[in-house]
Amino acid sequence: MDPIHVLAAIVVFVLAFTVYTYNRLVGLRNMADTALANIDTLLQKRFDLVPNLIDTVKAYMKHEQEVLETVTKARTEYLNSSSMKENAAADEKAARAIKTLFAVSENYPELKASQNFMMLQEELVGIENKLAYARQRYNRTVMIINMVVQKFPTNIIARLFNFETREFFAVESGDIRNVPGIEMQGGAKS
Amino acid sequence: MDPIYGRIASNKRKTFFLFLLYAVLFIAIGYFGGIYLGDPYAGIILAVVVFIIIFLISYFGGQSAVTAMAGAKEVSKQQEPFLYNTVEGLSYATGKPMPKVYIIETDVPNAFAAGRNPKNAVVAVTRGLMKRLNRQELEGVLAHEMAHINNYDVLLATVAVVLAGTIVFFAAVVRRMVFFGGLGRGGGRKSGQGQIIALVVLIVLAILAPIFAQLLRFAISRQREYLADATAADFTGYPEGLASALEKITNSQVKDSPIENNALNGLYIVNPAIGARQTNRASALFSTHPPAEERVKRLRAM
Repeated sequence: MDPIHVLAAIVVFVLAFTVYTYNRLVGLRNMADTALANIDTLLQKRFDLVPNLIDTVKAYMKHEQEVLETVTKARTEYLNSSSMKENAAADEKAARAIKTLFAVSENYPELKASQNFMMLQEELVGIENKLAYARQRYNRTVMIINMVVQKFPTNIIARLFNFETREFFAVESGDIRNVPGIEMQGGAKS
Repeated sequence: MDPIYGRIASNKRKTFFLFLLYAVLFIAIGYFGGIYLGDPYAGIILAVVVFIIIFLISYFGGQSAVTAMAGAKEVSKQQEPFLYNTVEGLSYATGKPMPKVYIIETDVPNAFAAGRNPKNAVVAVTRGLMKRLNRQELEGVLAHEMAHINNYDVLLATVAVVLAGTIVFFAAVVRRMVFFGGLGRGGGRKSGQGQIIALVVLIVLAILAPIFAQLLRFAISRQREYLADATAADFTGYPEGLASALEKITNSQVKDSPIENNALNGLYIVNPAIGARQTNRASALFSTHPPAEERVKRLRAM
């Protein structure tokens, strides 16, 4: 075999591998960005529901002012937050406050029976679920990105096109999913 | 790196191969039908045209055909917030577009997915499933269905269901032609030896076609069910949800239920035809699904 042909074959292979890795990195980056955007939208949606929730609950929970205030405060903090870290802190506080609120609502059978409250509860638990999944998707994507960026030989291509490793999402406020009595459909409770 | 991607590629290859087999069967029926009626080429051309039309219809419309056959109705977020939210949450987990959500109004608990790719897909659950399962269990079942969509199992299942149905129909038409139309024609002409051979082959094909439709059930193999279970556990991070859902669903299947349908049985998460017969070893061999106890055991071991 001609050495020129061997060289040409190697060049073609390297080029093909570079194109493949580049496209893969772009796809992964877009996926991570989409997950982040989803998280943002979900947080926004949750805080949009808070005034509605407070209005519904106020009439029943006269003695639980404290809980209501915590939720409202977290919302203000979220709205005023600028950095990703402040944002995440406010989010965690709100998740905890909403969870407490649902726990307390167990003592108010009239409230629990209210159609409006049931809808809000389903919506908020749904958002919490989606947040957990969007974070999981983000973290998994970041894991793959970091692997491609750090491992040989893809790290050469990543460096060539300025792809960098990313940070994981640390906050996991998924425990709201385990609040008792959250079943909306009246299904069996396990 | 990820074994699941290799499985998806192998699924796509198998799908292509199966379609090729269907095409050959169509052309064979056309050819022998053509010989019998005096013009083999017209028969082949007719078969090819019919195959292409049916394939396109089932590729683009198979999803609506399957949901219509199952009697499923699309629901909005306002109608079923709990179900809708769960599916939407899982679509965040898969990172793929959200499938449409359908409900079948029957008390037998079951679920299936249909569609040609993750962008055009539906998940359907029965009312009985919603009533019996809690959030974690429902999530497990829906994750299993969305895993099928992600692994391109549903493309094979949906298109194959429609194609197999057409072959059964085609075979029935050929049988009728041979017995009624064919006699009159054959009488006017000299019926040569070729025609008799063609007649025999046609009858054989007409008998084989429904068996071929049966083969479809094995194509949607048990391995795919295990793979979808594993993928579902990976999506939710909670295998126990699907495991306990499978136990509940399997114990609630009833014989001759309204969702039992030969063409569709392979699509459901638990075969509706099993009834309480799951323990029977022989029937498990010819099933589209692995026994539920085995699936539950594997899920609990994760």
